[in-house]
Amino acid sequence: MNDLHAKDNIVTRSVKVETSVLRRNDQAALANRQLLTERGIVALNLISSPGSGKTTLLEVTLVRMRERGKRCAVIVGDQQTDLDAQRLYGKGAPVRQIETVSSCHLDAQRVGDVLPEVIDDQTELLFIENVGNLICPAAFNLGEDFKVVLLSVTEGEDKPIKYPVVFSRAKVVLITKCDLIPHIEFDRDKCLRYLRQVNPGAVIFELSAKTGTGFEQWIGYLAELGRQDER
Amino acid sequence: MHELSIALALVDEVEQISARERARNVCGISVSLGELCGVEREALEFCFPLAAEGTCVERAKLIINEVKTEVLCAECGRRSNPEMPCMICAGCGSSNVEITGGCDFIISSVELEQDE
Ligand SMILES: Nc1nc2c(ncn2[C@@H]2O[C@H](COP(=O)(O)OP(=O)(O)OP(=O)(O)O)[C@@H](O)[C@H]2O)c(=O)[nH]1
Ligand SMILES: [Mg+2]
Ligand SMILES: [Zn+2]
Repeated sequence: MNDLHAKDNIVTRSVKVETSVLRRNDQAALANRQLLTERGIVALNLISSPGSGKTTLLEVTLVRMRERGKRCAVIVGDQQTDLDAQRLYGKGAPVRQIETVSSCHLDAQRVGDVLPEVIDDQTELLFIENVGNLICPAAFNLGEDFKVVLLSVTEGEDKPIKYPVVFSRAKVVLITKCDLIPHIEFDRDKCLRYLRQVNPGAVIFELSAKTGTGFEQWIGYLAELGRQDER
Repeated sequence: MHELSIALALVDEVEQISARERARNVCGISVSLGELCGVEREALEFCFPLAAEGTCVERAKLIINEVKTEVLCAECGRRSNPEMPCMICAGCGSSNVEITGGCDFIISSVELEQDE
Protein backbone atom coordinates (compact mmCIF):
# COMPACT_ATOMS: atom_id res chain seq x y z
CA MET A 1 0.00 0.00 0.00
CA ASN A 2 2.65 2.43 1.11
CA ASP A 3 4.79 1.54 -1.85
CA LEU A 4 2.00 2.11 -4.33
CA HIS A 5 1.15 5.38 -2.79
CA ALA A 6 4.74 6.50 -2.94
CA LYS A 7 5.04 5.52 -6.58
CA ASP A 8 2.18 7.82 -7.49
CA ASN A 9 4.20 10.79 -6.33
CA ILE A 10 7.45 9.89 -8.03
CA VAL A 11 8.67 11.89 -10.96
CA THR A 12 11.67 11.20 -13.11
CA ARG A 13 13.97 13.78 -14.54
CA SER A 14 17.12 13.75 -16.59
CA VAL A 15 20.30 15.45 -15.38
CA LYS A 16 23.16 16.31 -17.73
CA VAL A 17 26.49 15.41 -16.21
CA GLU A 18 29.57 15.17 -18.48
CA THR A 19 31.97 13.88 -15.86
CA SER A 20 34.68 11.32 -16.47
CA VAL A 21 33.90 7.92 -14.99
CA LEU A 22 37.47 7.83 -13.77
CA ARG A 23 37.26 11.34 -12.31
CA ARG A 24 39.03 10.36 -9.09
CA ASN A 25 41.85 8.70 -10.98
CA ASP A 26 42.12 11.65 -13.35
CA GLN A 27 42.32 14.10 -10.45
CA ALA A 28 45.06 12.08 -8.80
CA ALA A 29 46.86 11.84 -12.15
CA LEU A 30 46.69 15.62 -12.48
CA ALA A 31 48.17 16.05 -9.00
CA ASN A 32 51.00 13.64 -9.90
CA ARG A 33 51.53 15.52 -13.13
CA GLN A 34 51.78 18.84 -11.29
CA LEU A 35 54.32 17.50 -8.81
CA LEU A 36 56.41 16.00 -11.62
CA THR A 37 56.28 19.18 -13.70
CA GLU A 38 57.28 21.34 -10.72
CA ARG A 39 60.34 19.17 -10.22
CA GLY A 40 61.12 19.00 -13.94
CA ILE A 41 60.83 15.21 -13.97
CA VAL A 42 59.89 13.24 -17.09
CA ALA A 43 57.77 10.19 -16.22
CA LEU A 44 57.37 7.10 -18.39
CA ASN A 45 54.60 4.53 -17.91
CA LEU A 46 55.94 1.13 -19.02
CA ILE A 47 53.25 -1.27 -20.22
CA SER A 48 53.43 -4.77 -21.67
CA SER A 49 52.12 -8.32 -21.38
CA PRO A 50 53.55 -10.30 -18.47
CA GLY A 51 57.17 -11.20 -19.12
CA SER A 52 57.89 -8.96 -22.11
CA GLY A 53 61.00 -7.68 -20.38
CA LYS A 54 60.06 -4.52 -18.47
CA THR A 55 62.15 -5.26 -15.39
CA THR A 56 65.08 -6.55 -17.44
CA LEU A 57 64.94 -3.38 -19.54
CA LEU A 58 65.04 -1.28 -16.39
CA GLU A 59 67.93 -3.30 -14.91
CA VAL A 60 70.08 -2.43 -17.92
CA THR A 61 68.68 1.08 -18.38
CA LEU A 62 69.31 2.15 -14.76
CA VAL A 63 72.97 1.09 -14.91
CA ARG A 64 73.51 2.90 -18.23
CA MET A 65 71.78 6.03 -16.99
CA ARG A 66 73.88 6.03 -13.83
CA GLU A 67 77.01 5.88 -16.00
CA ARG A 68 75.77 8.97 -17.78
CA GLY A 69 75.11 10.74 -14.50
CA LYS A 70 71.35 10.82 -15.08
CA ARG A 71 69.25 10.59 -11.95
CA CYS A 72 66.42 8.10 -12.24
CA ALA A 73 63.74 6.76 -9.94
CA VAL A 74 61.46 3.74 -10.27
CA ILE A 75 57.97 2.82 -9.16
CA VAL A 76 57.17 -0.80 -9.83
CA GLY A 77 53.73 -2.35 -9.64
CA ASP A 78 53.31 -6.04 -9.11
CA GLN A 79 50.24 -8.03 -8.16
CA GLN A 80 52.16 -10.10 -5.66
CA THR A 81 55.75 -10.33 -4.35
CA ASP A 82 58.48 -7.73 -4.48
CA LEU A 83 60.67 -9.78 -6.83
CA ASP A 84 60.85 -7.08 -9.50
CA ALA A 85 61.74 -4.40 -6.95
CA GLN A 86 64.48 -6.66 -5.53
CA ARG A 87 66.02 -6.94 -8.99
CA LEU A 88 66.11 -3.17 -9.34
CA TYR A 89 67.66 -2.25 -5.98
CA GLY A 90 71.32 -1.25 -5.93
CA LYS A 91 71.38 0.18 -9.43
CA GLY A 92 71.71 3.80 -8.39
CA ALA A 93 68.03 4.69 -8.40
CA PRO A 94 65.50 4.76 -5.59
CA VAL A 95 62.84 2.07 -6.08
CA ARG A 96 59.38 1.85 -4.54
CA GLN A 97 57.10 -1.09 -5.05
CA ILE A 98 53.32 -1.04 -5.14
CA GLU A 99 51.67 -4.36 -4.48
CA THR A 100 48.42 -4.15 -6.39
CA VAL A 101 47.13 -7.52 -5.08
CA SER A 102 43.85 -8.16 -6.90
CA SER A 103 44.19 -5.22 -9.25
CA CYS A 104 45.59 -5.76 -12.73
CA HIS A 105 46.85 -2.22 -13.19
CA LEU A 106 48.35 0.72 -11.32
CA ASP A 107 46.09 3.66 -10.59
CA ALA A 108 47.05 7.28 -10.07
CA GLN A 109 46.14 7.32 -6.37
CA ARG A 110 48.48 4.45 -5.55
CA VAL A 111 51.25 6.07 -7.57
CA GLY A 112 50.60 9.40 -5.84
CA ASP A 113 50.95 7.74 -2.43
CA VAL A 114 54.56 6.70 -3.08
CA LEU A 115 55.60 9.44 -5.49
CA PRO A 116 56.92 11.92 -2.88
CA GLU A 117 59.12 9.20 -1.31
CA VAL A 118 60.73 8.08 -4.53
CA ILE A 119 61.61 11.39 -6.19
CA ASP A 120 63.82 14.20 -4.96
CA ASP A 121 65.20 17.49 -6.25
CA GLN A 122 67.74 15.75 -8.44
CA THR A 123 65.48 13.22 -10.10
CA GLU A 124 65.36 13.65 -13.88
CA LEU A 125 63.50 10.57 -15.05
CA LEU A 126 60.85 8.44 -13.40
CA PHE A 127 60.08 4.98 -14.72
CA ILE A 128 56.77 3.43 -13.69
CA GLU A 129 56.69 -0.31 -14.41
CA ASN A 130 53.00 -1.16 -14.69
CA VAL A 131 51.52 -4.55 -13.90
CA GLY A 132 52.11 -7.06 -16.71
CA ASN A 133 48.92 -6.65 -18.76
CA LEU A 134 48.28 -5.25 -22.22
CA ILE A 135 44.68 -4.17 -21.67
CA CYS A 136 43.85 -2.66 -18.30
CA PRO A 137 46.73 -0.22 -17.76
CA ALA A 138 45.71 1.67 -20.91
CA ALA A 139 42.59 3.00 -19.17
CA PHE A 140 44.41 4.54 -16.21
CA ASN A 141 46.39 7.70 -16.67
CA LEU A 142 49.00 7.91 -13.92
CA GLY A 143 50.15 11.45 -14.60
CA GLU A 144 53.00 10.25 -16.81
CA ASP A 145 54.44 12.23 -19.70
CA PHE A 146 53.87 9.29 -22.01
CA LYS A 147 53.37 5.57 -22.29
CA VAL A 148 56.05 3.15 -23.43
CA VAL A 149 54.71 -0.18 -24.67
CA LEU A 150 56.99 -3.20 -24.88
CA LEU A 151 56.41 -6.03 -27.32
CA SER A 152 58.74 -9.01 -27.13
CA VAL A 153 59.40 -10.87 -30.35
CA THR A 154 58.14 -14.14 -28.84
CA GLU A 155 54.62 -12.68 -28.54
CA GLY A 156 54.18 -12.54 -32.29
CA GLU A 157 54.08 -9.68 -34.76
CA ASP A 158 50.28 -9.32 -34.75
CA LYS A 159 49.96 -7.88 -31.23
CA PRO A 160 49.78 -4.23 -32.36
CA ILE A 161 46.58 -4.83 -34.32
CA LYS A 162 45.16 -7.24 -31.72
CA TYR A 163 45.60 -4.67 -28.96
CA PRO A 164 45.28 -1.42 -30.90
CA VAL A 165 44.18 0.65 -27.91
CA VAL A 166 47.39 0.42 -25.93
CA PHE A 167 49.64 0.54 -29.00
CA SER A 168 47.86 3.56 -30.45
CA ARG A 169 48.24 5.50 -27.22
CA ALA A 170 51.95 4.89 -26.77
CA LYS A 171 54.55 7.45 -27.71
CA VAL A 172 57.34 4.89 -27.70
CA VAL A 173 57.20 1.20 -28.63
CA LEU A 174 60.06 -1.10 -27.71
CA ILE A 175 60.46 -4.38 -29.58
CA THR A 176 62.29 -6.48 -27.01
CA LYS A 177 64.27 -9.75 -26.95
CA CYS A 178 65.46 -9.20 -30.52
CA ASP A 179 68.33 -11.62 -29.84
CA LEU A 180 65.72 -14.41 -30.07
CA ILE A 181 64.64 -13.59 -33.63
CA PRO A 182 66.95 -16.19 -35.25
CA HIS A 183 65.38 -18.92 -33.11
CA ILE A 184 61.73 -18.19 -33.76
CA GLU A 185 59.42 -17.14 -36.52
CA PHE A 186 59.09 -13.43 -36.22
CA ASP A 187 58.24 -11.31 -39.22
CA ARG A 188 59.94 -8.04 -38.36
CA ASP A 189 58.66 -6.14 -41.40
CA LYS A 190 55.11 -7.20 -40.70
CA CYS A 191 55.43 -6.16 -37.06
CA LEU A 192 56.72 -2.73 -38.03
CA ARG A 193 53.97 -2.37 -40.63
CA TYR A 194 51.28 -3.20 -38.07
CA LEU A 195 52.81 -0.79 -35.60
CA ARG A 196 52.84 1.99 -38.20
CA GLN A 197 49.20 1.19 -38.94
CA VAL A 198 47.92 1.63 -35.40
CA ASN A 199 50.40 4.32 -34.47
CA PRO A 200 52.04 6.09 -37.41
CA GLY A 201 53.98 8.47 -35.17
CA ALA A 202 55.36 5.99 -32.64
CA VAL A 203 59.06 6.16 -31.81
CA ILE A 204 60.28 2.58 -32.19
CA PHE A 205 63.39 0.96 -30.75
CA GLU A 206 64.45 -2.63 -31.38
CA LEU A 207 66.27 -3.93 -28.34
CA SER A 208 67.96 -6.88 -26.75
CA ALA A 209 68.75 -6.64 -23.08
CA LYS A 210 70.89 -9.76 -23.45
CA THR A 211 73.24 -8.48 -26.17
CA GLY A 212 72.75 -4.74 -25.67
CA THR A 213 71.50 -4.24 -29.22
CA GLY A 214 69.67 -0.95 -29.65
CA PHE A 215 70.49 0.37 -26.19
CA GLU A 216 72.82 3.07 -27.51
CA GLN A 217 69.82 4.65 -29.26
CA TRP A 218 67.36 4.03 -26.42
CA ILE A 219 69.66 5.48 -23.76
CA GLY A 220 70.46 8.41 -26.05
CA TYR A 221 66.76 9.07 -26.45
CA LEU A 222 66.19 9.00 -22.68
CA ALA A 223 69.14 11.31 -22.02
CA GLU A 224 67.70 13.81 -24.50
CA LEU A 225 64.35 13.78 -22.68
CA GLY A 226 65.93 15.05 -19.50
CA ARG A 227 67.89 17.69 -21.38
CA GLN A 228 64.92 19.04 -23.31
CA ASP A 229 63.24 19.71 -20.02
CA GLU A 230 66.16 21.80 -18.74
CA ARG A 231 65.92 24.18 -21.69
CA MET B 1 39.32 -7.69 -14.71
CA HIS B 2 39.56 -3.93 -14.58
CA GLU B 3 36.04 -3.40 -15.90
CA LEU B 4 34.78 -4.30 -12.43
CA SER B 5 36.81 -1.55 -10.80
CA ILE B 6 35.67 0.81 -13.53
CA ALA B 7 32.03 -0.24 -13.05
CA LEU B 8 32.47 0.40 -9.32
CA ALA B 9 33.85 3.85 -10.08
CA LEU B 10 30.86 4.50 -12.35
CA VAL B 11 28.36 3.44 -9.67
CA ASP B 12 30.20 5.53 -7.10
CA GLU B 13 30.08 8.66 -9.28
CA VAL B 14 26.38 8.15 -10.02
CA GLU B 15 25.57 7.57 -6.34
CA GLN B 16 27.21 10.91 -5.57
CA ILE B 17 25.21 12.66 -8.26
CA SER B 18 22.02 11.04 -7.00
CA ALA B 19 22.71 12.17 -3.43
CA ARG B 20 23.59 15.68 -4.55
CA GLU B 21 20.34 15.90 -6.52
CA ARG B 22 18.38 14.43 -3.59
CA ALA B 23 17.01 11.67 -5.78
CA ARG B 24 15.37 8.56 -4.45
CA ASN B 25 16.59 6.25 -7.15
CA VAL B 26 18.51 6.18 -10.38
CA CYS B 27 16.60 4.60 -13.25
CA GLY B 28 18.94 5.30 -16.14
CA ILE B 29 22.57 6.15 -16.90
CA SER B 30 23.91 7.25 -20.29
CA VAL B 31 27.64 6.92 -20.85
CA SER B 32 29.90 7.75 -23.78
CA LEU B 33 32.46 5.01 -24.26
CA GLY B 34 35.45 6.00 -26.37
CA GLU B 35 36.85 3.37 -28.69
CA LEU B 36 40.35 4.03 -27.31
CA CYS B 37 39.50 4.42 -23.62
CA GLY B 38 40.56 0.91 -22.75
CA VAL B 39 37.20 -0.35 -21.52
CA GLU B 40 35.39 -3.17 -23.29
CA ARG B 41 31.67 -2.73 -23.82
CA GLU B 42 30.77 -6.38 -23.16
CA ALA B 43 32.86 -6.58 -20.02
CA LEU B 44 31.32 -3.34 -18.74
CA GLU B 45 27.80 -4.62 -19.41
CA PHE B 46 28.69 -7.76 -17.51
CA CYS B 47 30.24 -5.96 -14.54
CA PHE B 48 27.76 -3.12 -14.14
CA PRO B 49 24.98 -5.17 -12.45
CA LEU B 50 27.55 -6.65 -10.05
CA ALA B 51 28.82 -3.20 -9.11
CA ALA B 52 25.33 -1.73 -8.82
CA GLU B 53 23.89 -4.44 -6.59
CA GLY B 54 22.51 -3.09 -3.32
CA THR B 55 22.87 0.57 -4.32
CA CYS B 56 20.39 3.19 -5.49
CA VAL B 57 21.71 2.48 -8.99
CA GLU B 58 20.66 -1.16 -8.83
CA ARG B 59 17.66 -0.85 -11.13
CA ALA B 60 19.19 1.67 -13.50
CA LYS B 61 19.33 0.91 -17.18
CA LEU B 62 22.81 1.46 -18.56
CA ILE B 63 22.86 3.02 -22.02
CA ILE B 64 26.26 2.85 -23.68
CA ASN B 65 26.94 5.21 -26.58
CA GLU B 66 30.08 4.21 -28.39
CA VAL B 67 32.32 7.06 -29.50
CA LYS B 68 34.57 6.41 -32.49
CA THR B 69 38.21 7.33 -32.62
CA GLU B 70 38.70 10.79 -34.10
CA VAL B 71 41.87 12.02 -35.74
CA LEU B 72 42.96 15.42 -36.98
CA CYS B 73 44.94 15.29 -40.21
CA ALA B 74 48.07 17.43 -40.46
CA GLU B 75 48.03 17.17 -44.28
CA CYS B 76 44.46 18.18 -45.17
CA GLY B 77 43.26 19.58 -41.85
CA ARG B 78 40.15 17.41 -41.74
CA ARG B 79 38.80 15.57 -38.73
CA SER B 80 37.67 12.03 -39.42
CA ASN B 81 36.92 8.67 -37.85
CA PRO B 82 39.49 6.11 -38.93
CA GLU B 83 38.56 2.46 -39.25
CA MET B 84 40.49 0.82 -36.41
CA PRO B 85 43.16 -0.44 -36.29
CA CYS B 86 44.30 1.76 -39.20
CA MET B 87 45.06 5.19 -37.86
CA ILE B 88 44.81 7.13 -41.11
CA CYS B 89 42.85 10.15 -42.29
CA ALA B 90 39.57 9.05 -43.87
CA GLY B 91 39.72 12.14 -46.08
CA CYS B 92 43.12 11.85 -47.76
CA GLY B 93 44.62 8.63 -46.44
CA SER B 94 47.55 10.36 -44.74
CA SER B 95 49.01 8.78 -41.63
CA ASN B 96 50.18 12.17 -40.41
CA VAL B 97 47.36 12.35 -37.90
CA GLU B 98 46.83 13.22 -34.27
CA ILE B 99 44.24 11.46 -32.08
CA THR B 100 41.66 14.04 -31.01
CA GLY B 101 38.81 11.88 -29.76
CA GLY B 102 37.73 8.48 -28.56
CA CYS B 103 39.95 8.30 -25.48
CA ASP B 104 37.34 9.23 -22.88
CA PHE B 105 34.75 7.39 -20.86
CA ILE B 106 32.16 9.90 -19.71
CA ILE B 107 28.85 9.91 -17.85
CA SER B 108 26.63 12.02 -20.14
CA SER B 109 23.39 12.02 -18.17
CA VAL B 110 21.43 10.23 -15.47
CA GLU B 111 17.69 9.65 -15.08
CA LEU B 112 16.62 10.26 -11.52
CA GLU B 113 13.47 9.28 -9.65
CA GLN B 114 12.31 11.84 -7.19
CA ASP B 115 9.41 12.44 -4.83
CA GLU B 116 7.17 15.11 -6.10
N1 LIG C 1 66.61 -13.62 -24.57
C1 LIG C 1 66.17 -12.54 -23.91
N2 LIG C 1 65.44 -12.72 -22.80
C2 LIG C 1 65.00 -11.62 -22.15
C3 LIG C 1 65.28 -10.30 -22.61
N3 LIG C 1 64.69 -9.43 -21.77
C4 LIG C 1 64.08 -10.16 -20.82
N4 LIG C 1 64.25 -11.48 -21.04
C5 LIG C 1 63.75 -12.59 -20.23
O1 LIG C 1 62.34 -12.58 -20.22
C6 LIG C 1 61.86 -13.00 -18.94
C7 LIG C 1 60.88 -11.97 -18.38
O2 LIG C 1 61.56 -10.74 -18.20
P1 LIG C 1 61.09 -9.64 -17.16
O3 LIG C 1 62.04 -8.49 -17.30
O4 LIG C 1 60.92 -10.22 -15.81
O5 LIG C 1 59.68 -9.25 -17.76
P2 LIG C 1 58.56 -8.26 -17.13
O6 LIG C 1 57.91 -7.61 -18.28
O7 LIG C 1 59.18 -7.38 -16.12
O8 LIG C 1 57.59 -9.31 -16.44
P3 LIG C 1 56.35 -8.98 -15.42
O9 LIG C 1 56.79 -7.87 -14.52
O10 LIG C 1 56.14 -10.26 -14.71
O11 LIG C 1 55.21 -8.60 -16.31
C8 LIG C 1 63.07 -13.19 -18.06
O12 LIG C 1 63.38 -14.56 -18.02
C9 LIG C 1 64.15 -12.43 -18.78
O13 LIG C 1 65.43 -12.94 -18.56
C10 LIG C 1 66.06 -10.16 -23.79
O14 LIG C 1 66.36 -9.06 -24.28
N5 LIG C 1 66.47 -11.31 -24.41
MG1 LIG D 1 58.55 -7.01 -14.15
ZN1 LIG E 1 43.84 14.12 -44.46
